Amino acid sequence: MSSTAAVEIHGAHAQHHELGFVRTYLFSTDHKMIAKQFLFVALFMMAIGGLMAMLMRLELGWPENQWTILKVFPETLQQDSAITPNTYNSMFTMHATIMIFFVVMPILVGTFGNLLVPLMIGARDMAFPKLNMFSFWVSAAAGVIMLSSFFVAGGAAAAGWTSYAPLSAVPNYTGVDLGQDLWCISLIVLGMGSLMGSINYITTIINMRTKGMTFFRLPLVIWSLFITAILLLLALPVLTTALALLLFDRMAGTHFFIPTGGGEPLLWQHLFWFFGHPEVYIMILPAMGITSEMLSVFSRKPIFGYRAMAYAMIAIAFLSWIVWGHHMFQSGMNPALGTSFMLTTMVIGVPSAIKTFNWLGTLYKGDIHFTAAMLNALSFVAMFVIGGLSGIFMACTPVDMYIHDTYFIVAHIHYVLFGGSLFGIFAGITYWYPKMFGRLMNETVGKIHFWLTFVSFNCTFFPMHILGMGGHMRRIYNPLQYDFLKPLAGINEFISISALILGGVQFIFLFNMIYSYWFGEKATENPWHANTLEWTTPVHPGHGNWPGKLPVVYRGPYEYSSPETREDYWPQSAPPEHMSAAAR
Amino acid sequence: MFLEKMGFPHDISTFGPSIDAIFLLIFWITVVTWILVTVTMVVFLFKYRTRPGRKAEYIEGNSRLEITWTTATTVILVALALLSRSTWADIKEHGPPGDFFYKVTAKQFNWEITYPGADGKIDTKDDVTIENEFHVPVNKVIRIELESKDVIHSFFVPNMRLKQDAVPGRTIQVWFQATEPGTYEIPCAELCGFGHSGMLGHLTVQSEDDYNKWLKDTYSNQ
Repeated sequence: MSSTAAVEIHGAHAQHHELGFVRTYLFSTDHKMIAKQFLFVALFMMAIGGLMAMLMRLELGWPENQWTILKVFPETLQQDSAITPNTYNSMFTMHATIMIFFVVMPILVGTFGNLLVPLMIGARDMAFPKLNMFSFWVSAAAGVIMLSSFFVAGGAAAAGWTSYAPLSAVPNYTGVDLGQDLWCISLIVLGMGSLMGSINYITTIINMRTKGMTFFRLPLVIWSLFITAILLLLALPVLTTALALLLFDRMAGTHFFIPTGGGEPLLWQHLFWFFGHPEVYIMILPAMGITSEMLSVFSRKPIFGYRAMAYAMIAIAFLSWIVWGHHMFQSGMNPALGTSFMLTTMVIGVPSAIKTFNWLGTLYKGDIHFTAAMLNALSFVAMFVIGGLSGIFMACTPVDMYIHDTYFIVAHIHYVLFGGSLFGIFAGITYWYPKMFGRLMNETVGKIHFWLTFVSFNCTFFPMHILGMGGHMRRIYNPLQYDFLKPLAGINEFISISALILGGVQFIFLFNMIYSYWFGEKATENPWHANTLEWTTPVHPGHGNWPGKLPVVYRGPYEYSSPETREDYWPQSAPPEHMSAAAR
Repeated sequence: MFLEKMGFPHDISTFGPSIDAIFLLIFWITVVTWILVTVTMVVFLFKYRTRPGRKAEYIEGNSRLEITWTTATTVILVALALLSRSTWADIKEHGPPGDFFYKVTAKQFNWEITYPGADGKIDTKDDVTIENEFHVPVNKVIRIELESKDVIHSFFVPNMRLKQDAVPGRTIQVWFQATEPGTYEIPCAELCGFGHSGMLGHLTVQSEDDYNKWLKDTYSNQ
């Protein structure tokens, strides 16, 4: 009798977990599955965004050359297998839009936020699992809308990812009609998805930390995601509002941004950059958090200045709201206002510098293990330093007058977004791959990918500083139309070759991800000997993450090489010596 | 000179040298910082690479160091801002009184240059408008009313480090003083549509005599 009951209970239990294909893989409410969904969709989008970058580099390296391979594209995109100016404008518009909104944000926030927040704070799932699922599907719908704009008459949006009005507000100015509308609609939809996500992260982190997990015991990556979620919650609605106004201008005959009806073009820029600058930090803070985890784990040392690191991120979050005008120094905005924005912009450099110094401090007297994840994280620090330092040039108003809208800016954003965010993403995927898929990524392949990427990345983007110093404008289709840019043609060709290599070697990473899924070394519960809670679950955590009770936290996340322990790590959930002795 | 070797176009403006000087100052500050940080990092990576039998040292931080580097970077960055302030104000907030006055109207995808005619005043009947050819006398303060007919453009003269967006619905004051005769390019620096690339004017800086001669010929042709 009792055994039958046990079987029945077991059966009911198993049934509870057998959700079927649709509920497990498509409409899952499990944060870990949603994280993977975000990852796969973002990697797909990354391939498209990357392809566009390759096409742009073909054009810039060998302007107006005919490439037989371009015949695969419809006549609207190429003429006699050469890229047309309007296609080129669509390419850089969509490259940036896709990379920012559909690659970097979804991976950093959607994937790592979803995967790590519940696992690292000791929660069974997000606070609102169904909202979480909805957030993914709304974002996916936004992606479909964005991609569909390639196939409508007039092609995809071509007004730049910043979409400055009135260029973006009047169809005749770009020749793009429906494509720009779809661009607006897609980002409005994405904004809703992002809003649902950010509310979920904030609620989860505030309410669902396990026993003992105080705010100052949170891993820095969770701090970074918490702050990012707050920025998202406050910044995205501003973009959504601006986009709605733009859409009204385009479709309903209003004149918010069109001066002929009393509108103000600079209003768009103010709204866009009021969102846009926090957005920049949305895309870098989680990568900073990931880097902090890697540096501490693989140096086997506590993070240097944990509190300073958390406070620096809080400072960045506050300051990011009062620097937006530095995108508008040459826009016609009152130059006196430019001076104030120069000052705030210089000041926001300070917390970033603090973080860099603390990362160096973390390496000091460490026991540094050069894993593929660590190499990518170290590269984040090295590249972020260059991207941060080049930012000082543009923060300075008179210098910005010369380098504004040149390749100096293109170099800067790619050092921050690729050298920073994307290397952080490579590190994070490599490090948490065993948590997602139960196997480790191949280290040798990972290192080959890292070195090839590191070298070709620098060969691609470093020379862009020199182009910018030569006055090379961004967003131009053919630099050879200008006498003063003709001497720079050789550099452009070099950049294009490097970029094609950079694009090509990313397939190594993709190969590693696919190969390791089936053939990677099987992971143990705690493959990196890390302290944080995500490594206390089974290798393949089920719905609910921990089979038994939730872990209890006794200390901070970075107790590596503590003099109080024999091992060089001390998990957050390991009971203190006297308690475990009592238990024995 | 150093910057010209690094690819900067030859400067022919009066404010260019101070812009270049600030660029150079930031350049050296950032280069030195970069070397210090990178060398420190590489040394740490080499020195503290994992070796059998060695454990990392348990160090949680150092408040004195935190305060030091926070203060140092704040002082340097704020000083840079204060230092740049006056150059910026001279270029964009106020400038010297103008000797010659013009109106530049941007439109897809040309620069319309309006010359004031015999009366020296803009927006009078004898104005003459020419596309993309901007002639000015050397060593005189040139004042421009910058406007746009359609979308945002950006008036960029690389040889003068000068850049100013032209915004429809606004008249923006720009000034410069060219110090060397010659012909220089005026690209548009703000994305303005499919013809953005190739939107190009020419600035011809001439001696006052040559300029007056050119102007007379041009007016008689109108």
